[in-house]
Amino acid sequence: MSRLSHTISRASRWHLLLMPLSLLFLLPLVQMVLASFTSNADINRFPPRFIPSALHIGGYVRLFRDAPVARWMLNSVIVSGTAIVSHLILCSLGGYAYARLSFRGRTVAFVTLVATIMIPTQMLMIPTYFMFSDLGLINTLGAAFVPFLTSAFGVFLMRQFFLSLPKDLEEAGRIDGLTTFGVFFRIVLPLARPALATLAVFTLLNSWNDLLWPLIAINDPSKFTIQLGLINFQGAHHIDWQELMACNVVATAPLILGFLIAQRQFVQTMSMSGIKG
Amino acid sequence: MKHGILISDHDKAEAVTWRRAGRESPPRPGPRQAHDHHDGRVPLSRPGADGRKWTARRRRVVANLTGWSFAAPATLIIVGLTLFPAAWAFLISREHWNGLTPARQIGWDNYRQMLHDPDFKSAVNHTVLFTVLYVPVVLALGMFLAIALNRKIRFIAFYRTALFMPLVVSAAATGILANFVFDQQFGLANNVLRVLHLPRQGFLADRHEAIWVIALIYLWINLAFSVIVYLAALQDIPTECLEAARMDGANRWQQFRHVILPSLAPVTVFVGVWNTISVLQIFELVLTTTHGGPLGASQTIVFFIYNQAFNLSRYGYGSAAAYVLFGATLIISLGLFAYARRSKIEAF
Repeated sequence: MSRLSHTISRASRWHLLLMPLSLLFLLPLVQMVLASFTSNADINRFPPRFIPSALHIGGYVRLFRDAPVARWMLNSVIVSGTAIVSHLILCSLGGYAYARLSFRGRTVAFVTLVATIMIPTQMLMIPTYFMFSDLGLINTLGAAFVPFLTSAFGVFLMRQFFLSLPKDLEEAGRIDGLTTFGVFFRIVLPLARPALATLAVFTLLNSWNDLLWPLIAINDPSKFTIQLGLINFQGAHHIDWQELMACNVVATAPLILGFLIAQRQFVQTMSMSGIKG
Repeated sequence: MKHGILISDHDKAEAVTWRRAGRESPPRPGPRQAHDHHDGRVPLSRPGADGRKWTARRRRVVANLTGWSFAAPATLIIVGLTLFPAAWAFLISREHWNGLTPARQIGWDNYRQMLHDPDFKSAVNHTVLFTVLYVPVVLALGMFLAIALNRKIRFIAFYRTALFMPLVVSAAATGILANFVFDQQFGLANNVLRVLHLPRQGFLADRHEAIWVIALIYLWINLAFSVIVYLAALQDIPTECLEAARMDGANRWQQFRHVILPSLAPVTVFVGVWNTISVLQIFELVLTTTHGGPLGASQTIVFFIYNQAFNLSRYGYGSAAAYVLFGATLIISLGLFAYARRSKIEAF
């Protein structure tokens, strides 16, 4: 009995630490959602009211009236969708080449690729801006998704995964008369589903939340991604907290919902990106 | 090898044996074929040495083509989006260029100018301050929380969800949310202080507090990453090790000090480098909260680069600052790895 109470008290010590901390971490997000349903009169009065007196959806109504939020969301979906599809295809092709195929220049190319991980993106914003402008990507959604078409990290991740697969199945496929492409598409790719899921979440997080590239390359409000729309909207409506928080909720909700549904996959992705480099 | 010759007429099977033999050259013709060749004048259609040599070369070409058709798209795009602009940035950094009129070559002048630029110096100072404030805290707290979360207690799923959720919130959304939470009049933070009868603070609007508040928000977003990486490392520690320590009478602190901490050393180097590099590049959060203010009090290096290039059209100067940042990043990460190697920590 004393042993039991001992275990309980030991566990509850952790609760004493974790419970307040978890609530503290959640609090800003809870407040964001609550504020989006609180009328500005309630937000602005003194002392402010944090639990809305009634469910005011005025913020969302004004938001969709004042700004092309639906368009921005659609743009972000297009950008992230393109980035994910392209990432999955190009990184798995590249990863397979560097894991299994032998060809001239393979080592040099792979070392170069891994070395590029060291180059910080922010350092590249000036030349990339002029590159985009030469390629006619300024003020197009292309500026937002081209930097996410593929990534050295993705190629590396897929390569590590393919190296961990046993070769027997591929060799069997060869003997059955499949070409390299056949082996890749019919045998290897179906086995790579877990790695592809990780890569998809990784790309979704990066491309959906990116602000830098749209910021330097897109001025046309109809081409804004939701993140760029959000900060432009902040500039124009910095007094209307309710509307601003509604915009924040709309921009954040997809990933939060995704996280709540597939938390294991998200956490897995984060711990995988911990093994990079 | 022998096997390879035996079935060498079977294209695919042979390719398999080559690969099995590593990156060796294709099988050389056996003695019989060499003899054949010596007799000379063997028509290509006959399975002779010339034919074999030709098919071997053809196969090598096919292997190269296949390999590159897999590797080229990703490789070219990555090189085109990183190495190419990196080289270009270096060229721009030695120019005086406003993007419109032709650039003027000025050698190292941009770099020299930086040494005497008070704005750049304060940007460096703020960035270093961010790093010093943030990295030790994220390492200590990350490790501590990972240990706390690495147990089967009630509500553990809730704790993990709550602590990991900020990870999926963008810098833009976080910045706007922070503006609200730390708003001087309506913000939650000042209301908590009011309820506690503490003096109201300026937070993001205060020159001396802005950096601290931004570092705190940055911690809120990024802590989960370190916790998750540490959690994965903790779960890799064999339970036998901990049991053995317990058998030997180690108390909880000794278990931590002599078993857990040494096993976490490699991952600590990684988490440290990763966090240092990312905080050195802190930009989007600054842009969405203080915009470098008040009065430049939270201007960081990347914000400085962005401002020089895209607000003042001083692309050469901005690129030079970018190269300084790159150099610093490189030196710091290589230095940490060298240190880790010397202290026999296998970081990667």
